[in-house]
Amino acid sequence: MAVSVGEAVSTGPVRDHTPPARRFGGRGRSVLEVALLAVLAVVMLFPVLWMIETSIKENRDVYAIPAKFFDFKVTMDHFKDVFFASGGGRSALSVSFLNSVVVAGVSTVLATVLGVPAAWAYSRFAVKAKKDQLFFILSTRFMPPVVVVIPIFLMYRQVGLIDTKLGLILIYTAFNVPFTIWMMKGFVDEVPAEYEDAAMLDGYTRLQAFWRFTLPLLLPGIAATAVFALIFSWNEFVFAIFLTSSDTVRTAPPAIAGLIGGTTVDWGLVAAASVVFALPVLVFAYLVRKHLVAGVTLGAVRR
Amino acid sequence: MAGIEVTALHKRYPDGTVAVDHVDLAIGDGELFVMLGPSGCGKTTTLRAIAGLERQTTGDIRIGDTLVNDLPPAERDIAMVFQFYALYPHLRTRDNLAFPLRAEGLPKPEVRERVDEAARLMRLGPLLDRRPHRLSGGEQQRVALARALVRRPRAFLMDEPLTNLDAELRADMRTEIKHLQGELGTTMVYVTHDQVEAMSLGHRIAILNKGRVEQIGTPLEVYDRPASLFCAAFIGSPPMNLIEVEVADGELRGKSGLVLTPPPNLPRDRSLVAGVRPEALEVTEPGAERSVPARVVSAEWLGDEIIYVVDHGDQRDVRVRMPPTVRFAADAPVGLRHTGGPPPVYDVSTEELVA
Repeated sequence: MAVSVGEAVSTGPVRDHTPPARRFGGRGRSVLEVALLAVLAVVMLFPVLWMIETSIKENRDVYAIPAKFFDFKVTMDHFKDVFFASGGGRSALSVSFLNSVVVAGVSTVLATVLGVPAAWAYSRFAVKAKKDQLFFILSTRFMPPVVVVIPIFLMYRQVGLIDTKLGLILIYTAFNVPFTIWMMKGFVDEVPAEYEDAAMLDGYTRLQAFWRFTLPLLLPGIAATAVFALIFSWNEFVFAIFLTSSDTVRTAPPAIAGLIGGTTVDWGLVAAASVVFALPVLVFAYLVRKHLVAGVTLGAVRR
Repeated sequence: MAGIEVTALHKRYPDGTVAVDHVDLAIGDGELFVMLGPSGCGKTTTLRAIAGLERQTTGDIRIGDTLVNDLPPAERDIAMVFQFYALYPHLRTRDNLAFPLRAEGLPKPEVRERVDEAARLMRLGPLLDRRPHRLSGGEQQRVALARALVRRPRAFLMDEPLTNLDAELRADMRTEIKHLQGELGTTMVYVTHDQVEAMSLGHRIAILNKGRVEQIGTPLEVYDRPASLFCAAFIGSPPMNLIEVEVADGELRGKSGLVLTPPPNLPRDRSLVAGVRPEALEVTEPGAERSVPARVVSAEWLGDEIIYVVDHGDQRDVRVRMPPTVRFAADAPVGLRHTGGPPPVYDVSTEELVA
């Protein structure tokens, strides 16, 4: 479901680019730019719009030829099917959504709890071969996850972590910690170390000084970093489909993918499930959008 | 109050850089001691080791009679003022001042009394209810000073406290700090890279370079007789003219023939350099008595004085400080002569003072 994040990211710049164009371009140029960007926006957003439309169409309208853009009957049945099984009770999809919340939430919290102190330590202390260590940490993110999925699968089978939420939480945490360390180090570098020095002279230990003075100043950075980690865990597909199989453990991305492939595909249900799946990430990204930009430009890139 | 004694202090970082190289300092009780040096000379590391923010690799630090090597910063009974003021951003001035006292667990009435006293001393009355972001740089630094005062520590440590202020404010605060230190009589260790600050504040100055102490002395000693070529080039603006000299017929003579007053006990058979202050030279009419022929290369008109750059046939041009009434045009042929007493003389190879 990487599509939804792609949309979330691309809509921002499309809107943001128009004012600067007006500022330093002529009127003709700005019209051309707006037109081009509008075309781009339509192309980028069309899948999202189509997904939303499909989710509220009845199944026979979904398959209608020629396609019905506006004159269809609106129905919420698909959304009901996402959450409730046909015989009553919870649907398998709703269980997988809950799994996604647990797995993404816990792995994000773990990555933050591990990554923030590590970033603080790398920022504040003289560590032997600090640059090499940081590079090594970053290098674990160089390879695509699919490269390690087979070894991980074999290891997990040995230790009994196959088809468990704990297994997913651990691997997501492992993938998020390097990112958290790098992004948070940028934020910690921005907070003057003198706050902690002063607090230590005032009678606090180093850890207390960090907890009481530096940490509150880091909160916006932590929020931004956590949202990035959350989005990664939420969208992750490769590990989820390889390492889990049962409905009670599976997260939403493989569960939604699993809807496709029978003799008939209930596209309305797929679309509705995708909409529900995309919403939390969009909301989070919107809430911390300023910090996201700060995180990308200031935290992660500057040093 | 207490003196501070630093013995063979050595600080080596994990990556192998030596920041402080066996430094010895004996700072007297009630003394305003300045550590001066270029960035990276180890002055701040030394200060942070005294504060306990940095653990030395080897060496001892005593504050008063207490060996503080293993004491955490808070138990060393010192207060520190930072270049970046480090006021807690979420606290009002009043609470920033009270903070260290509350951390010590003093009773409320005493906290209030001490805060009021420090606020009066630093004239912070109207600022007490503001947060740091609503204070100007100078105000923030006054609050930071007051914050150091309230604790009535045995010693103040100042880490370039005036560097972030503009020039005028810096001069005011300099006076204020000096006055305050005199009034309280508390030992103060003051780190700066600004020689004017060091000269005007310090009872004694330690000049550091590459982690070593080059010289310790009163401002006048340091100015008149720099202990090494590094100190000679570091102190004074413009710095000392370093003129290669040789001893001939009981005279000290530059390559251009410029005659300097010879100091006693000059060593023989060594290449020597004399350090001549710009004010110990004089630009004269050509052919004046004891002068060598020279040429004005350029002149800086500073209003209260003129700095002439003069070529006297040596490899290096010399700078001469003259009153603004003595005017020579650029490129004019002039004379150059030495007017001061015996200059300090250095050995070229060891770079140390020999006479």
